[in-house]
Amino acid sequence: MIIKKLITFSLLSAFSSVLLAQSDSDYEVPRTQWGQPDLQGVWNFSSNIPMQRPEQYGTQEFLTREQIEAAIARQEAAAAAAAAAAARLVVDPDAPPVTDNPGGYNDFWVESAGIGDTVRTSHIIYPENGRIPAAVEGAPRQRGGLGPDIPGDRPVRYVVGGIAKDGPEDRGLSERCIVGFNSGPPFTPSLYNNNLQIFQSKNTAVIMTEMIHDARIVPLGDKPALDDNIRLWSGDSRGYWDGDTLVVETTNFNGYRQTFSGRGSNRDMVLTEKFTRTAFDTVEYEFTIDDPSTYTDKITAVVPMTKVAGQIYEYACHEGNYGMVNILRGARVEEREANENGQ
Amino acid sequence: MKHSIKTKAALAVFTLLGMIVSSSALAQLDEFPRTPDGKPDFSGIWQSMTNAHYNIEPSAARYGPNPAVMGAISAFPATLGIVEGGRIPYTEAALRQRDINRDDAIDLDPLAKCYMPGVPRANYMPFPFQIVQSEEVILIAYEFAESNRILYVDQPEIVSQVDAWMGHSNAHWEGDTLVVRVTGQMPDTWFDRSGNHHSWEMVVEERWTPRGPNHVDYTATITDPNTFTRPWVLSVPLYRHVREDMQLLEFKCAEFAEEYLFGEFRKPGTPIGNPGQVIDNKD
Repeated sequence: MIIKKLITFSLLSAFSSVLLAQSDSDYEVPRTQWGQPDLQGVWNFSSNIPMQRPEQYGTQEFLTREQIEAAIARQEAAAAAAAAAAARLVVDPDAPPVTDNPGGYNDFWVESAGIGDTVRTSHIIYPENGRIPAAVEGAPRQRGGLGPDIPGDRPVRYVVGGIAKDGPEDRGLSERCIVGFNSGPPFTPSLYNNNLQIFQSKNTAVIMTEMIHDARIVPLGDKPALDDNIRLWSGDSRGYWDGDTLVVETTNFNGYRQTFSGRGSNRDMVLTEKFTRTAFDTVEYEFTIDDPSTYTDKITAVVPMTKVAGQIYEYACHEGNYGMVNILRGARVEEREANENGQ
Repeated sequence: MKHSIKTKAALAVFTLLGMIVSSSALAQLDEFPRTPDGKPDFSGIWQSMTNAHYNIEPSAARYGPNPAVMGAISAFPATLGIVEGGRIPYTEAALRQRDINRDDAIDLDPLAKCYMPGVPRANYMPFPFQIVQSEEVILIAYEFAESNRILYVDQPEIVSQVDAWMGHSNAHWEGDTLVVRVTGQMPDTWFDRSGNHHSWEMVVEERWTPRGPNHVDYTATITDPNTFTRPWVLSVPLYRHVREDMQLLEFKCAEFAEEYLFGEFRKPGTPIGNPGQVIDNKD
């Protein structure tokens, strides 16, 4: 609810945010008691900006004022159309007014940030056309998704969907509760729970995602690199301050995840993330993927994160993963019935 | 007379020794890191050095599960226990449940399923954990199952709203001691591998007190009228990892528990794990 309010607020304040941009540059980043820029708090990275730039925008990185106005008008028209559609569904003459209609039962948790102060044409800012570069020939390609299974080979490196239902390994990594579908690294806006919390002490920062409570610990300073044999789902992070920006470099990925957007194995990926607090309620998050075994060029994207006046709740995925039991058991029942019918 | 002088001399030596020991203990305590606002800074990587995770009550070594397959690797080592007074004051019914749990631990221990261990169990498992301390919140990140807890410092208005495997933690300072009240824990977690258990009603009051530059005294008072006849206390020292390159690694054990949890629903004859991941066992 708080997130929705923030999103609504950000939608309504699109113009004022643009106007405020000037004063934001005067923003002084608060300090921790250790004198470091204070990035602590709960942040939301939901967005309805496309990851890749629609080709019509070419190298245009930001929407113009007119384009923002048009986009807001389109959103308002869509909202009005949705309200009208909801109104038509009310067949009970004694039903409450349409304005009290709760809408679809799934709507309440879907996060889709308004245009707000994120007036980008795409999250990707490099390559300059905002498009994902060509993949290296032979780099693995796997597409999951919520539709029917797409047969393929293990390991399944995507997060949702599956290649089969023979065993849990045939399902996506989020269905197995191994990694969150948006928790990266890098963080990519998704349907819901786009929340993370940043913690800081004297020589450590932690970036903890709500999805599957992944606390990525970032030693600050000159801690030696981790042995190459130790490969991790979330990689091994090292951080330092560049002015007021927290820079995090992550390597030692385990190769059981994709590099980006359905391609590659992340084993050779070097990920650089930058966290910069640009306003009281905004951290600009920028990430650069460098994986020459998957993509022919680097990819850099910017995803603004908005402060959330709330707390992160424990997302105990594995402990409640009845879905996996039902997926596998259901498949066995279907096989048995198919056998019986065939005989 | 001679005897008396000897006694006095011995007393003097003991007193002197006592002073040296206590002043050295104080000096050591002075070396415990502090934050700029003067609070003890618990930030660092910690671990207990105890076999209490096998059994928090005193016990001799014993057979572990599946000795025919596991040999001595599955055996339980002896432990002095960490419960004050040695015995947990169970109600009769809860004691019977403990014995059922203990006898069937391999099927019932939530840790075998890679479920988050809850508090206090997470603090004396054979895995390190890292504390990242700031003024309003303190994160405790555990290596096991990537479980973690956020301690809200001096924010009593933030209360437990939904039960959680790692509970809800409100903290405040009493001098140099960090006192943490843990509520809202799931009833499913245990205290150890010997079936010691609790209910949804459990409240844990933890006390974290610096003991030396690299030591913390940890005590937890357990209150749960559903399970115990009175509150009881466990205590265990925690040790700082001093190795320079020490860091928490991953133990995302959900993967390792899949066959245990879902194996009966696997399509017969299909392999376990990704190619090359699983070493064939005896069967």
